[in-house]
Amino acid sequence: MSHRTDVVVTGLGATTPLGGDVRSTWDAALAGESGARPFNPEWVEAYGLPVTFAATIKVAPADVLSTPELKRMDPSAQYAIIAAREAWADAGSPEVDGERLGAVVSSGIGGIQTILDGWDTLREKGARRVLPMTVPMLMPNSPTAYVSLELGAKAGAHALVSACASGAEAIGYAVDMIRSGRADVVVAGGTEAAIHPMPIASFAASRTLSTRNDDPTAASRPYDVDRDGFVLGEGAGVVVLESAEHAAARGARVYAKVSGVGLSADGYHITSPEPSGDGQIRAMRAAIADAGVAATDVVHVNAHATSTVVGDLIEARSIRGLLGDDADHVALSATKSMTGHLLGGAGALETIFTVLAVHDRQAPPTINVENPDPELVLDLVREKPRALRDGDIAAVNNSFGFGGHNVALVVTSA
Amino acid sequence: MAHSEQEILAGLAEIVSEETGLPTDSVLPEKSFTDDLDIDSLSMMTIVTLAEEKFDVRIPDDEVKNLTTVGDAVSFIANAQS
Repeated sequence: MSHRTDVVVTGLGATTPLGGDVRSTWDAALAGESGARPFNPEWVEAYGLPVTFAATIKVAPADVLSTPELKRMDPSAQYAIIAAREAWADAGSPEVDGERLGAVVSSGIGGIQTILDGWDTLREKGARRVLPMTVPMLMPNSPTAYVSLELGAKAGAHALVSACASGAEAIGYAVDMIRSGRADVVVAGGTEAAIHPMPIASFAASRTLSTRNDDPTAASRPYDVDRDGFVLGEGAGVVVLESAEHAAARGARVYAKVSGVGLSADGYHITSPEPSGDGQIRAMRAAIADAGVAATDVVHVNAHATSTVVGDLIEARSIRGLLGDDADHVALSATKSMTGHLLGGAGALETIFTVLAVHDRQAPPTINVENPDPELVLDLVREKPRALRDGDIAAVNNSFGFGGHNVALVVTSA
Repeated sequence: MAHSEQEILAGLAEIVSEETGLPTDSVLPEKSFTDDLDIDSLSMMTIVTLAEEKFDVRIPDDEVKNLTTVGDAVSFIANAQS
């Protein structure tokens, strides 16, 4: 009888709008803080942006990294390397053969600040002034490449791109690398650094961003009747995944297991989720089946819920549609209410939240829900964290991306 | 306004320091870019690009291979700007 490799989480790292590391980010999330704040007012003045705020990173990379690191990495790679260093140290800097160590760190958008800065330089000063590092900085595999270089990860360095599902898909791929025997340890996650006037203008043009300019911290309000769009965020989340055997052999501390991965595509529309939630349900069903857990074991869902009018309810209906009456005992959290939407970093940061929720037995709150949408048919954790029961439990982290990408990950108690 | 060799050395040291993380006072005229300062070809071209802008000179590609030491670069830039 073949025995499938269990994949465990042994290290966590992050830099986010709520804090420069996992501890400060998680504490702020449990306290219900918002990372949204006004951005550079000159952008609004110069370009007429209809949105004046975002969930910007709390601790500037310049406070953490050296000048050469800042100069040769796009901010998306800077955030990734900060998170990866924390995760690696948190895992106890495992001794592992480089050929058995992988890196899978995704970005949904890539080095867009480098692209746009390089274009400005070219137009203003000519070709002779464009720096040679521009291409290695803008390529979307740059963050995973730097993590691979830093740790000597030679089993493979990958960067799966699926917009706002990228970070979760990276973790799913890392699980597959370990299960298939390609690696014993994989450093995986997602990063994004797209708070720049151009992408903001584009998101605003598609009417997907909140325009609650007079009250940024109240703008991200998933499932509230007055939600009006998402709040753009930035940052990175990285986890160290390890085969259970490898972790046990070195006596590593285990936070939780990533037991199930479910993937699907809507095949429906480039930005809108398929209205029946069929694709989302297929991803969640596959993840739960992959984990081998029963619907009754699922006590918590970290929703994708970005605070858009249409998207939040489709997901809520999908969860209800899949779990039926078992959804009654699911504590639903929408942490983008606090962090904003980290795009390619979101699925990774929310996996960290899900891992900590399972490990600490508490589901984080969803802030700003003054009047829950009457069509929400689930038990939303509001204002204060909610205790999760003892015993074996499972939690689902959903991530959906422009393009119709659906990723569900199931985290179970160790 | 032409820069003195001393100003060029100081300006170049600043560029090299930001690129490599080495302290500016380790960027001395006799130091070899590759052997002493461990600068690879990509970093060297970054330094050349930044130096061209800072000192308003042109450093042709086929000159770069002749710039073995920091002092070679300082002399080339000093001559190129006059």
